[in-house]
Amino acid sequence: MHRRTLATLGIVGTLVSAATLLTAQVRLNGAGATFPNIIYQTWILTYNQKFDNVEINYQSIGSGGGIRQFSDKTVDFGGTDAPMGDSAIAAIGANVLHIPTVLGAVVPTYNLAGVTQPIRFTPDVLADIFLGKITNWNDARIASNNPGLDLPRQDIIVVHRSDGSGTSYVWTDYLSKVSPEWLQKVGRGTSVNWPVGLGGRGNEGVTATVRQTPGAIGYVELGYAIINKMAVGVVRNKSGNWITPSLESVTTAAQGAMDDMGPNTDFRVSITDAPGAQAYPIASFTWLLLRKDYPDAAKSRELVKFVWWSLTDGQAKAPSLGYAPLPKEMLSWVEARLKTITSGGRPAWRGPTATRS
Amino acid sequence: MTTLPLEPVPPPLEQTTPSAEPRWRALRSVDRSDRIYRRILTTLALALPALILVILGVLFVSALPAVTRFGPSFLWTSTWDPVAEVYGAAPMIFGTLASSFLALLIAVPLALGVAIFLTEFSPRWLRQPVAFLVELLAAIPSVVYGLWGVFVLIPFLRSYVVPPLKAVLGWTPFFDGAFYGNSLLAGGIILAIMIVPYIAAVSREVLLAVPTSQREAALAMGATRWEAVRSAVLPYGRAGLIGAIILGLGRALGETMAVTMLIGNRHDIGLSVLQPAYTMAAAIANEFSEATTNMYLSALFEVGLILFVLTVVVNAIARILIWRVARGAAVGSKAL
Repeated sequence: MHRRTLATLGIVGTLVSAATLLTAQVRLNGAGATFPNIIYQTWILTYNQKFDNVEINYQSIGSGGGIRQFSDKTVDFGGTDAPMGDSAIAAIGANVLHIPTVLGAVVPTYNLAGVTQPIRFTPDVLADIFLGKITNWNDARIASNNPGLDLPRQDIIVVHRSDGSGTSYVWTDYLSKVSPEWLQKVGRGTSVNWPVGLGGRGNEGVTATVRQTPGAIGYVELGYAIINKMAVGVVRNKSGNWITPSLESVTTAAQGAMDDMGPNTDFRVSITDAPGAQAYPIASFTWLLLRKDYPDAAKSRELVKFVWWSLTDGQAKAPSLGYAPLPKEMLSWVEARLKTITSGGRPAWRGPTATRS
Repeated sequence: MTTLPLEPVPPPLEQTTPSAEPRWRALRSVDRSDRIYRRILTTLALALPALILVILGVLFVSALPAVTRFGPSFLWTSTWDPVAEVYGAAPMIFGTLASSFLALLIAVPLALGVAIFLTEFSPRWLRQPVAFLVELLAAIPSVVYGLWGVFVLIPFLRSYVVPPLKAVLGWTPFFDGAFYGNSLLAGGIILAIMIVPYIAAVSREVLLAVPTSQREAALAMGATRWEAVRSAVLPYGRAGLIGAIILGLGRALGETMAVTMLIGNRHDIGLSVLQPAYTMAAAIANEFSEATTNMYLSALFEVGLILFVLTVVVNAIARILIWRVARGAAVGSKAL
């Protein structure tokens, strides 16, 4: 009798201490895309200062690695710049949600001495430059869109990313949409079989090559271009307006794409060439990969709380770091999706009001 | 022949002559700890070859999907299209070999020149500083070479080296086409600078090990300093010198960071050194992190496997070469 009571007490005690341990320190591990790394780290740091019961790690190992580790369940959440394909999702039993966090954009940048005004590019001109069909800066098709600009007679040297990257994915996704020839010959991907050009490693590699090579044109992330004060091109969007890339015009692009997405979207949508008068056409979400069902209730609750905080309070940090915030109208859609996450059959998170502690 | 051995002759490991037998028995207690000691050392010594085999095995297993899908044509097709999932490694194999060959072409005369100068002609006070500075080149991180290449070497090549080269040799296929900066030439030069210290340092040791009697004999025959070097010193140390060059080649084949920053990363085969190219190591480093599909990943593993095999083959050829040329006698052959 005595012995049994003691044993029960012991078990209860262990359970209680285990429970307090769990609430005291939840450790969440994530890995994936490098593009959103800066803002994710900032979010994690700020969030940790406010809620010290959670410890979050995010390793920027690249989207491919993020998807792999998420699929192998070695991390609790993944990050990716290119959404998972249908077959990849089927391979993990569809146990994944794509949650957009911020927006990025990719901008053309060039090195052309003596040209002070931004050069305007139509979608077909960009595609043909990267296809190697337009080879000189004084080409009539560039000149006709840039009246008043004295474009030199100089070979165009295309610079692309040599490493696989979400930036390349967005760029090639855009070119695939605006140019049937590009779609057929090259297609979209984190790395593709480039028809022409030099490869630079990372945004910094492309930037260095462009800066060192007269007549070069490349593409880099908008945030990177802003922070480094680079010469960026103006691109004509679907509505026919010339759009100077900016964070606002990127958020506008996401807004414009919302009609096509609809509230029941799985968010795996491309928003390049989006409708909207002021939408910048070469933009994209970056996503967090969450599971639809987590075995660990405490983990899933804290994870969703963190994600929700990032999408609300956290968004204010985005512009200063070179990321475009999500359109506010999208929040209710994301909230609905986050509420579907379960742990052992029970919802992990009941909404923003219920989590206030 | 009175060779100066590069390393002291190791004492014989075991002496199990019959006369020593009783003494062995007396030392039984020591013998046991010796056995443990020997076992530990054997394990450690075998761990490294085992590691190589494990690496080879992992590479092969991971590369298997690509090997079965593309077969041997992986080696000579040159499309690398991750979207269509068609992979061929020929441009990378070519680029790896071409950039390393170009590097050797530049580095070998330079490094041998440095080594000969330092051992034969240099004033005594200059030897140490020059040798030290040359070897210091080996201490510079690869990425720093890359940065230097992008911001100093390429603009320099564009302004001062390529225009005269093209003017004189532009008609050959090797200097055909426009120069964009990032190119086989830039990659080869940076590799050359990186392997010079290795070749120079080992060559210098080899030449230092050539006995003075060889030089004196040549000089006594009426040879000039240069003739003495050419006819007595260099032949004497040739096995060691070849070994030094192969050491540099091995490093050039696997170098990644500086090359990928300068070579242009283009899946293309061309004879012109002014054109961009690609190397296997650079491709793996570039594309591994975002290789999203299994076939893509597997193709990269196969590239790794090819690089591994290539390095082993190069080393094997080098050894055969040394054995054939040296026949055991010349200095430095033992060190390799």
